[in-house]
Amino acid sequence: MEWDWAFVREIMPTLLEGVKITILATILGSALAAALGLAIALLRRSENRIVSRTVGFLAEFIRGTPLLVQLYFIFYVLPDFGLLLPPLTAGVIGLGLHYGTYAAEVYRAGIDNVPRGQWEAAKACNLNARQTWMHVILPQAIPPMIPALANYFIAMFKETPLLSAITVLELMNQAKSVANTYYRYVEPMTLVGVFFLIISLFSVVLLRWLERRYGKVER
Amino acid sequence: MIDWSGYLDLILQGALVTIKLTLMGSVLALIMAFLAGLGRLSRFFAVRALATAYIEFFRGTSIFVQLFWAYFVLPMLGFELTPLQAGVLALGLNVGAYAAEVVRGAVQSIGKEQYEACTALNLGRWQGMRHVILPQAFLVMLPTFGNNAIELLKATSVVSLISLADLTFQAQVVRAQTGNTLVPFAAILIIYFVLAMLISWGTRSLERRLSRGLDGVRV
Repeated sequence: MEWDWAFVREIMPTLLEGVKITILATILGSALAAALGLAIALLRRSENRIVSRTVGFLAEFIRGTPLLVQLYFIFYVLPDFGLLLPPLTAGVIGLGLHYGTYAAEVYRAGIDNVPRGQWEAAKACNLNARQTWMHVILPQAIPPMIPALANYFIAMFKETPLLSAITVLELMNQAKSVANTYYRYVEPMTLVGVFFLIISLFSVVLLRWLERRYGKVER
Repeated sequence: MIDWSGYLDLILQGALVTIKLTLMGSVLALIMAFLAGLGRLSRFFAVRALATAYIEFFRGTSIFVQLFWAYFVLPMLGFELTPLQAGVLALGLNVGAYAAEVVRGAVQSIGKEQYEACTALNLGRWQGMRHVILPQAFLVMLPTFGNNAIELLKATSVVSLISLADLTFQAQVVRAQTGNTLVPFAAILIIYFVLAMLISWGTRSLERRLSRGLDGVRV
């Protein structure tokens, strides 16, 4: 099978439409995962054993099961309970929930790495729980986590093609529909691969930079 | 009222396919991990470059894209693969690339004195690797290998999209035939979770067995 540049030019606009959705899903998913991860990490530290155990088990469960099945669950099962979500929303919730459980582990490690003295100092300064978290613990805990979080968000980006299974018109789905229309798989599939490879190589550079910028903890 | 017994059989068949895929994929991933991981530490530039290219390529492009490429593009280039072969190939090569970095990291984490001891005992490069370095490095790799195997198990769900009748695929069949969404998807989520628990339990007990007699050797 010959590589056809004219065909590549013809399908490029359609694929770029898909790229937009892919990037949008990644950004929204990352934001949701970052917020959910923090919530999960804080709830797991709750003093109420029932709350911390339940959240811990749920997070473990979500991490141990495939994202694809979770997406199906959100997209096909929830409507039975009266919650009908548009594909992209369902996809973003799935990505955010799945990677939120990974992000929670990063937050947990980051929070555990804040020295005990900081907690004691906050108590000595008579700060309440909210003030302690907002002004003492989180500002020190978050910067060292940034490279690890970015790593998971890049992993999430590479899982966005799964959204095509719940009919989100992202890059993979556009490529599949183009391929099925013309019955030419070589160009669309290869272009999708090349696109992911390019973004991944860039993100490696970005990750190295983040590690240099935030990785070292200044104490 | 739906008679579930026939559908249970379908789901169990799917579970068998998923387990088979996970095992075969893990074996291929393990082989690739050692080839590429040790290849990156080779004395020869060509071997290092080849191993690095393999690792960056398969980590950089999404598993999903690789699977579709193996299934749709390779036949056009003259390699006909069955869905199972395409699945094992894509899963094994993808997870193998991630695990190769684990192998490299573990081998590099072994102290310099161990290499010096090999030289002092007049062991060749390969002998030292085989009898001294790898037995110790393998213990370091094991927990991460367990995580990689769970990632592989989760990634097997993607093969349902190239019409391989695994758990996820069978759940879709059951959904189409019964119109019930909650039962099949909840059932396979639980099965995936149990399989993931089995893997993590397996690696933990293997780790315990292998570390027996090594107390005091590792600092």
